[in-house]
Amino acid sequence: MSAYFLCLILFSIGLYCILRKRNLIKIIIGIAISEYAINLFFVLVGYRMHGRAPIHSPDQTIVNMVDPLPQALVLTSIVIGLAVTALIAAIAMRIYEKYGTFDITRIRRLKG
Amino acid sequence: MLDLQIILVFMIIGALIAVKAKDLLSSVIAVGTVGLGLSLAFLILKAPDLAIAQLVVEILCIIILIRATIRKDLPFSTSGRWFFNTFITFVFIFIFLIFGYFCLRDLPSFGNPVMKIAHTFLSQGLKQTGTTNLVSAVVLDYRAYDTLGEATILFTAVMGVIAVMRSIGRKK
Amino acid sequence: MEDPKKGMSLIVKTITRLTVGLILLFGIYIVSHGHISPGGGFAGGVIIALSFIHIMLAFGKETAFKKLNQNIASCFESIGAIIFITLGIIGIGSGYFLYNFMQKGEPFKLFSAGLIPLYNIAISFKVGSGLFIIFIIMVLLKISKKEG
Repeated sequence: MSAYFLCLILFSIGLYCILRKRNLIKIIIGIAISEYAINLFFVLVGYRMHGRAPIHSPDQTIVNMVDPLPQALVLTSIVIGLAVTALIAAIAMRIYEKYGTFDITRIRRLKG
Repeated sequence: MLDLQIILVFMIIGALIAVKAKDLLSSVIAVGTVGLGLSLAFLILKAPDLAIAQLVVEILCIIILIRATIRKDLPFSTSGRWFFNTFITFVFIFIFLIFGYFCLRDLPSFGNPVMKIAHTFLSQGLKQTGTTNLVSAVVLDYRAYDTLGEATILFTAVMGVIAVMRSIGRKK
Repeated sequence: MEDPKKGMSLIVKTITRLTVGLILLFGIYIVSHGHISPGGGFAGGVIIALSFIHIMLAFGKETAFKKLNQNIASCFESIGAIIFITLGIIGIGSGYFLYNFMQKGEPFKLFSAGLIPLYNIAISFKVGSGLFIIFIIMVLLKISKKEG
């Protein structure tokens, strides 16, 4: 139970960073921290006490394995998170080239 | 699970440093330590596939973020209604945490998952697919459509990066 | 990246020459043994892309572009996607889309588990070359501060 709650605190730190920071790179860092917290939460749900990794072994039969289904979903989610981070970093580089600043309050006022 | 909680506290401290640092390079490195702590947490939770994938993806994410950043941060300005905005944000996050606590009490307790579908996967997986790595069996045989969608997402991201960075008439 | 044209110092260049082949071999090992031990197509593809990025970071842009072309990477990405979808469509003939129709073999051998090793190789082509193309495009752009 306390592991779930610490995971939720990590997510809310990322949320605070998205909401309150003026620098565009800090907002990207906040999105990355929120993604890590959500991936961790999925794997925490599927954990079994004193379980083993879900891989068969040639010399022993394993009876209690952890849940493999959340691990399969999180494997896809990690690579998707990387693709999203790369895309918004590319957009941020273009914004810096056009406006000369990373400040989101100044980007709203400049036009054209 | 004392070691899991120690790793989580380490990740929270790293995230606090990443949020509060004035220098942009320091906060990118702090995000790197959060990702490394996450990889160790995946190892403690018995998920070796995810630990390998998270470690190498974290390295690539740091490389891309360092490429996109300029080294100094903006000066911190307390303009106008700074105190009011921060207070509203903290109230919102506090309400979110209280709702989250009441929702988390209804989940099955930590360490006893429900595992209705996974019983079929664990008992029939070796006979039906022939692989010994059950996470690969789920990703590439039972749920191969999701892998096709994920390949499409990567393709779209590459298209997006090329379209954003294309410049007509710029000398490369 | 202070000086992206000339690359890094001599120590980094020597160590890169010694270890980049081992990194590529390790990535191929993780991809091909994806159905026996932990790993799979995604992690192996990213490791292969990281080995090429390592060459480009250590030796500078000009030297690396003589060896690694952007068109070859784009071809590899398309080949990976085409192999994946073709194997899936062949499966329609004996079942449903993406059906695992080859024989299963015995566990713990390298040539077992039907189509899953081939899917792993196709995914590693796609992921590896996609991430390498993203890195090339982000490095080619020169950041210049615009006045105004």
